[in-house]
Formats: sequence, C-alpha cells, structure tokens
Amino acid sequence: MRRLLLAAPFMVLATPAHAATGEAVNPWVALAYLVSGVFFILALRGLSSPSTSRTGNRFGMIGMLIAVITTLVTHFPTVREEKIVPGPNFPDGSAIYLPDFASFGEIFVAIAIGAIIGITIARRIAMTQMPELVAAFHSLVGLAAVLVGWAAYLNPGAFGLLVGDGIGAVSKVEMGLGIAIGAITFSGSVIAFAKLSGRMSGSPILLPGRHLINLGTLAAIIVLTALFAMAGPSETMPLIIVLTVLAFLIGFLLIIPIGGADMPVVVSMLNSYSGWAAAAMGFTLGNTAMIITGALVGSSGAILSYIMCRAMNRSFISVIAGGFGAEDGAGGGEAREARPYKQGSADDAAFMLEQAEKVIIIPGYGMAVAQAQHALREMTDILEEKGVDVKFAIHPVAGRMPGHMNVLLAEASVDYDKVFELEDINSEFAQADVAFIIGANDVVNPAAKTDKSSPIYGMPVFDVDKAKQVFFIKRSMGGVGYAGVDNDVFYMDQTMMLLSDAKKMVEEIVKALD
Amino acid sequence: MDFISILSIFVLACFVGYYVVWSVTPALHTPLMAVTNAISSVIIVGALIAAAAADVPGAKWLGLLGIVLASVNIFGGFAVTARMLAMYKKKEKK
Repeated sequence: MRRLLLAAPFMVLATPAHAATGEAVNPWVALAYLVSGVFFILALRGLSSPSTSRTGNRFGMIGMLIAVITTLVTHFPTVREEKIVPGPNFPDGSAIYLPDFASFGEIFVAIAIGAIIGITIARRIAMTQMPELVAAFHSLVGLAAVLVGWAAYLNPGAFGLLVGDGIGAVSKVEMGLGIAIGAITFSGSVIAFAKLSGRMSGSPILLPGRHLINLGTLAAIIVLTALFAMAGPSETMPLIIVLTVLAFLIGFLLIIPIGGADMPVVVSMLNSYSGWAAAAMGFTLGNTAMIITGALVGSSGAILSYIMCRAMNRSFISVIAGGFGAEDGAGGGEAREARPYKQGSADDAAFMLEQAEKVIIIPGYGMAVAQAQHALREMTDILEEKGVDVKFAIHPVAGRMPGHMNVLLAEASVDYDKVFELEDINSEFAQADVAFIIGANDVVNPAAKTDKSSPIYGMPVFDVDKAKQVFFIKRSMGGVGYAGVDNDVFYMDQTMMLLSDAKKMVEEIVKALD
Repeated sequence: MDFISILSIFVLACFVGYYVVWSVTPALHTPLMAVTNAISSVIIVGALIAAAAADVPGAKWLGLLGIVLASVNIFGGFAVTARMLAMYKKKEKK
C-alpha cells in the first residue's frame, strides 16, 4: 500500500512511459519545452555583445535544466507490477506502473559521469585547441543522435510512436534522417578532429571517382530511408542497419578530401549538421525544445560556414568538393626570383613604434603557434602608456575556426574594444603610421586584389600598403602562406622585415621599448 | 502534435535562428559554436526517455550511453563557453 501511495504523484504528472497510445498531450509539459526553447534563443541573443554574453550563457543553462527536469518528471522510470487490487485509477486491476528508483539512479550516474568528463575537459583545454574540442563535441552530439534514433526504433512504445503494431511511416522517415545526419556528423567530426589535432595529415586524401562514390552513397541513403518508411514492421531491421553504416561511411568520405586550410568551414558545417540531427530527433519525438534548438544550431552553423567561405572567396561547393591545397607548388614556386627587401632589428622597430601615433596590429595563426600573444599584449600596454593609439585588426580566417583569434587575444587580456573586424578597420590603414603584421601572410597579400591568376584572388585582404610603415614578423624569407604565393608586401619600400620567431621578436621589442 | 504544427515551429525557428545569429558579434563566433554545441545536446531528452523505459533492455542501454555523451557535451560546452566569455573583459583603468 505504501508503494501505491508513493506512486500516486507520478500517476498524476506522468503518463507511464510505456503508454502505447502515444505521448499524452499535457499542455504544461509542452509549455515547459517551449520555455526551454525560448531560453535557448535568448542564449544566442546574448552573444550580440560581450557584456551580455555571460547572461546569455546562463540562459542556455536554465533552458537545458528545464528540458531535462521536465523529461525526468514526465518520464520517471517505472516498473510494471502485475495483479493489483482494482481501484478507481486501475479499473481492470491487472497491472500498475511503480516508480523505479534503481533506474533513476542509473540515469543520475550517467549524467554525473558525463558531467565529470565534460567539466574536466572544459577546464583543461588550451584556447589554441578550441577547434578540435568543438569538433570532438560535435561528434558526441552526432553519436547521441544515432543512439536516440536507434533506441526509438527498438522501443517505439516508450516514445509514443506506435501506430498499430509498427512505427508510423512519417516517424520512420524522421527517425531515418535523424540517424543518418547524426552518423554523418559523428564520422565527419571525428575526421575533422583528427585533422585539426594533427593526429591525421591535413592534406586532402583524394580517392579516384570520389564524387561518384559520394553521390551514390547519398542516393542510397535516401532510397534506404524511403524503403525503411514503407517496409512492414518485421523487415525494417536490415534496412536501418545498412542505412546507419552507409551514413557513417559518407561522413568519413565527405571530410577526408578536404584540406586542413578549409577546416574552419568544415567545423562550422558540422556544427550545422549537429543542429539538423537534433531537429530531426525533435520531429520524431514531437519535442518543441529540440526542434527550436535544432533550427537555431542548424542556421548558426550554416551562417558561419557562409561567412568563412566569403572570407576566403571560395564557394561552399568548392570547399565541400575538397582537394584544395593538393595541387600546391604548381602555382607560385617557379616564378619566385630573389627580390630585394629590407631587414630590420627589434631596436629599429621599437624606435619607430614609439614615434608612431597610430599602430594597427594584424595577428595571424602563426602568432598563436608561436604563443606570442602575451608578449604582444605587453608591447601594446607599453605603447599605450607612451600615448600611441594601438588597434588590432582581425581577418575572419585569422584563426582555425570562426572568431578563434578574438578568443586568443581575449585570453591574453587584450581589451575587446581595441579589436576590430576587417571591414571596420580597413579604411584606417591610410591614417596608420605602422601596420604590424605578426604570423599572418595571405590576409595582407595585395595579389588578392590585383592578380587574377593568384589562387587567393578575390579574397578580402587588409590594405597594409596604405600604411606609412609596415613591419612584417616572419620566421624566414623562405616560407609562404598556405596558398603558396609570394607576397609583394615583403618588397615594398616602406616594409621592414623582422625575421625571427614571433615571440622572441616581440619580447625583444618590449625590452627595447623599456 | 501533428506534423504541420511541428513543421511550423521548425520553419519559424529557422528564421529566428537566421536573424539572431547574424546579430552575434564576429568576436564571439567561437563561443557561439561552443554554446550551440551545448544546447544541441538537448537531444539528451530522447536519451532520458529511452533510459527510463525498462521493457526493452537494448534501448535502455543505448539511452544511458546517449545520456553520458550528451552530458559531456552539455557540461563541457557550457563550462568552456563560460571560461571563454570570462576572458572578454574591459581592462580596468589604472
């Protein structure tokens, strides 16, 4: 009897998870998921400025908490108990669902394991490793979507998907799509992670006839989804297995031909896919929070991919088709003759920086590789104390993922008010006394504006040639940017090459300034 | 919920997403990716439902594994976003 009393509150709130009739339409539950979705929208809205962003992140956490608690309450684990005396709630007196605290414990442990792993990683990761961390996280969302899809397939009753003795055709299409997109996200992200973290070479792997193989596999996935939707309950198993395997395979095939330099686009694209996977699962479960989130994340990733493509002047199709960076060496190599350039020392640079009124620093990924950002910030502080106006100019592809360079500068406590995007600062070079280029190359190459045969032609670049003086920190004259083209900026009259390791050079300038 | 209402929510949410994301400042695009990654793990809802139903053991275990994966993402994603956002501070005037 005590157990029955204990069960009573759950009877009111929860439709037993086993209800074969489908999800009970409890307006409060639907409302809770809607509120959770709204919090997710507010979370992204908060990112419109750094001052509101922390509140935004908290909104995101609240939204997630609401979604999880709502699900835990409405789908509290239950066990079926046979032969109970008839009562008002159970007229047939044959069975009752009692709360299953053991299963609840398992769920709690699962969450705790994930929380410990997640928080540990989040605390330890270096900011330069953000791209691979994000790729790794995307793979987890993808795999989770596959698991949820499969769980829904194996136990449609729990998800309220049973129509007669099988799953409804529409639900099966949604389920198939969710599993397929999830699997593509997973295997694609694993490859992106391997390439970004250097566990796998960044150079493209080109299979013969890869476009045909990829299109064929994609077509097969679509046909299988249709067959899966139309098949009778007993014949669906082989179809969904093949579907899952093919989807894992295509994710792998889609990403291996894409070169390391295009990874910012790939990471954004996989971000988008992880959203669509969540949305597809949201359709299967009829869950508003999942659908809203999926749509938000899907559009977010798509927009970021678009921004990255535009910044490199590449079409999305050409990135996806892959192979960029494979034919290198045919371009710039043979035409390079030794041209005269001026070389300077840290003392020269320090002297001229001190005299300047306005300095614009252009950091590239080379700066982050050399870990020069902290020394650079120190240099900025000293110059500002001397009354020099210092600004940072960031190209959208400066880092290895969208906004990566901004995070690296923020980590070095560079004030975000001093950091500007390409289109906001490009007109200021004409008034700048010094353009200070550190670890960047292609993003200042004027060939992008003038040379139609250049592989980077059309890419928006900084007009550093308009500055009175250009300092170019570079390890040696030998190396070129990833596009493999020579840079006219090296040989301009007003350019002084500072040939050294970026961190060492900046430290020497700091010393000379003191 | 019927398919058309769900589809309506989805299409409208895509538009909301489009405008909200364009208003995100480019300086915060990395935190944007980290936080979208965390919220897309709302897929944990599906995993919780699967793990709560004991009648099909296979589905239950898939659900529990799904909960672990999604939790890594939720906690890791929000924590790393918070860590990044904490760095975006204005320098105090000395």
